[in-house]
Amino acid sequence: MSHPLLETRHVVKRYSSHTALDDVSLDIPQGRIFGLLGPNGAGKTSLIRIINQITAPDEGEVLLNGERLQPKHIADIGYLPEERGLYKKMQVGDQLIYLARLKGLSQREATERLKRWFIKFDIKDWWDKKVEDLSKGMAQKCQFIATIVHEPKLVILDEPFSGFDPINANLLKDEILELKQKGSTIIFSTHRMESVEELCDSIALINRSKVVLKGEKRDIKRQFMDNTYTLEYAGSLILPYEYEVISRTELEPNVYRTNVRIGSEGSVNALLALVISQVELKSFSENVPSFNDIFIRVVGETATQALLP
Amino acid sequence: MNKIILILQREYMTRVRKRSFWITTLITPLLITAIYAIPALLFFAGGDLKTIEVIDESNLFRDKFKSGKDYAYTFKKASVTQAKADLKKNKVTALVHIPADIIDNPNGLEIFSEKSVGLNLQNDIENIVQAEVRNQRLKRAGIDTQIIEDNRVNVNAETYSLTEGQEKSSNTGVSMGLGYAIALLLYFVVFFSGSQVMNGVIEEKSNRIIEVIVSSVRPIELMMGKIIGVGLVGLTQFVLWISLTIAISSATTHFLKAKLEAKAKTELSSQASQQQVDAAIKQMSEAGPGSKVMGVMDTIGDLPWGKILTLFLFYYLGGYLFYSALFAAVGSAVESPQEGQQLIFPVTMPLIISIMLMSFIINEPDSKIAFWASIIPFTSPVNMMARIPFGVEWWEIGLSMALLVVGFIGTTWLAARIYRVGILMYGKKVTLKELSKWLFYKV
Repeated sequence: MSHPLLETRHVVKRYSSHTALDDVSLDIPQGRIFGLLGPNGAGKTSLIRIINQITAPDEGEVLLNGERLQPKHIADIGYLPEERGLYKKMQVGDQLIYLARLKGLSQREATERLKRWFIKFDIKDWWDKKVEDLSKGMAQKCQFIATIVHEPKLVILDEPFSGFDPINANLLKDEILELKQKGSTIIFSTHRMESVEELCDSIALINRSKVVLKGEKRDIKRQFMDNTYTLEYAGSLILPYEYEVISRTELEPNVYRTNVRIGSEGSVNALLALVISQVELKSFSENVPSFNDIFIRVVGETATQALLP
Repeated sequence: MNKIILILQREYMTRVRKRSFWITTLITPLLITAIYAIPALLFFAGGDLKTIEVIDESNLFRDKFKSGKDYAYTFKKASVTQAKADLKKNKVTALVHIPADIIDNPNGLEIFSEKSVGLNLQNDIENIVQAEVRNQRLKRAGIDTQIIEDNRVNVNAETYSLTEGQEKSSNTGVSMGLGYAIALLLYFVVFFSGSQVMNGVIEEKSNRIIEVIVSSVRPIELMMGKIIGVGLVGLTQFVLWISLTIAISSATTHFLKAKLEAKAKTELSSQASQQQVDAAIKQMSEAGPGSKVMGVMDTIGDLPWGKILTLFLFYYLGGYLFYSALFAAVGSAVESPQEGQQLIFPVTMPLIISIMLMSFIINEPDSKIAFWASIIPFTSPVNMMARIPFGVEWWEIGLSMALLVVGFIGTTWLAARIYRVGILMYGKKVTLKELSKWLFYKV
């Protein structure tokens, strides 16, 4: 893992009626896509606002490139909030120049870079249009450009795919991967697990204002693998007690798919030896949990725990 | 600081580029000019000469009705019935019937017309008849006509105000009117600009662009940029109003003068010398209602305009800054202009009170209430401006200005604390109590 671009150390944020973030410590590695996951109201937005210096933590600190967050870092961060909007009556070009200048670009630089983006996205004729004349998807594209036009080191995308049709969602995905290739670090906040699966290198799961799970995507998956395997075979199979059959379905006559959990005394090799001796094996694979499963398991667990006295 | 300038630039440009801005900027000076030019133009236009037939059975009024530029009186010896029947055919505007016994029966006077007679004409005719009837009755009672003439005395009070040992002709009516107009203008402008600030804040919040902006600038920078930008739009409008009004009205005055000269020339003969023309113009403008107008113009000319304009700009800026910060705070707390209208009431209340106080202050510009209302920052912008044309001591103006500056720093500070919480708060119906809690939030 490369050195972290962003670190939060024991960040606590309290509001009058509740604690939004409770001792949140995260390392977000340079040049990676970092998934910030969690159910609604878990504290993701509070954390993002602190990173953006919209609010300040009550305790703890946030470091960017090893330095405590300070106003100059505004230019290093690009933020696409979940709830998006632009000035409706303003022309697209003027508006994006304005937003880019607020991030510290000069008028000329902003215009040049934006024109390049407009050519790249093939939306040159939108430049003079008013935002209110754009469709929602078009406005989203413009807003994405506004987020990254100042070439920030850290890009924070809050639910970036909401409101995009599949074609534009793919375009956005490619752009995100390209940003990563160019060395940007991306914080990707979402509860759509399939995009986490596709894009993220590492994740943190926040639930009820605490970090309940964090790490590299692979490691987390490994952590949640439950030693179960899926077999497909023709014939009839009888296994000893070390191998617990969880489910069996008949795919075609005499062809079955079986889920097996290997007990502590069993092993993959021994299981395979047993299987091969009895049936004709068609496929064999370890069950890797999806992030969807992991999310539901972790969040669900704490939810049921909270219900207990 | 740089960013405040960027923000106010945007606020300024988007507003100044709007068509509505230019429409109000152009129309207002035209309206102001029209207010004084139209009566003058009507004076020149005069309308068509209207014929009025008089059937004078008493034979007392032959030389009493004098044809003027509006009406031509013709005397007729026909029967009333006949004249009535011919009214339309002869294109006669009105028919006046004075019965033979008018002296004993003044109510016998009759006026007939196709359309209803204008109030002015009716008054004129009544006055002429009334005066003559009175004269005749006095004569009958044995009073000399000369005595009657001598008793026609007009009293016109000249009012003077004593300032700095110098006697100045003043006109209370003008000061009152001016005080009223300036204070009212200030009220409207502060109210209007304040609402613009509030709606701008609401727009950013309901658009959701606010979150992107505050990730680039501090909320106070955004708020100040907006307030200053909208304030500069107001200032631009004033400067344009004043210069356009001066330009348009001096052009109009020039035009009217030329017309007056032409009229004087035609009424004299074409060979009249320049001196004669000037004398005629002088006579025209001094005679009758003209002299009153000249008096008003003199008083207006005597007013310390430099002082009034400077103070107006100061109290506009001060009052605007004082209130617009509060408007911004309320805007930050709501999500729609409708909600804003409800919550803004406590803020606009002192403004409305100052307008109510104003009518009192104008009548008694040196009362205790007038003093306090023009010192306390909540009401001072409107109420000090209402007093200025009457003359206010310098120390009072100084104190009032100093307090207003302290006041707007205070409201800006308060508003900024509410604003930074409000702009990120959604889906909450906000009460005043809630707002006051936000003052103490940590962000």
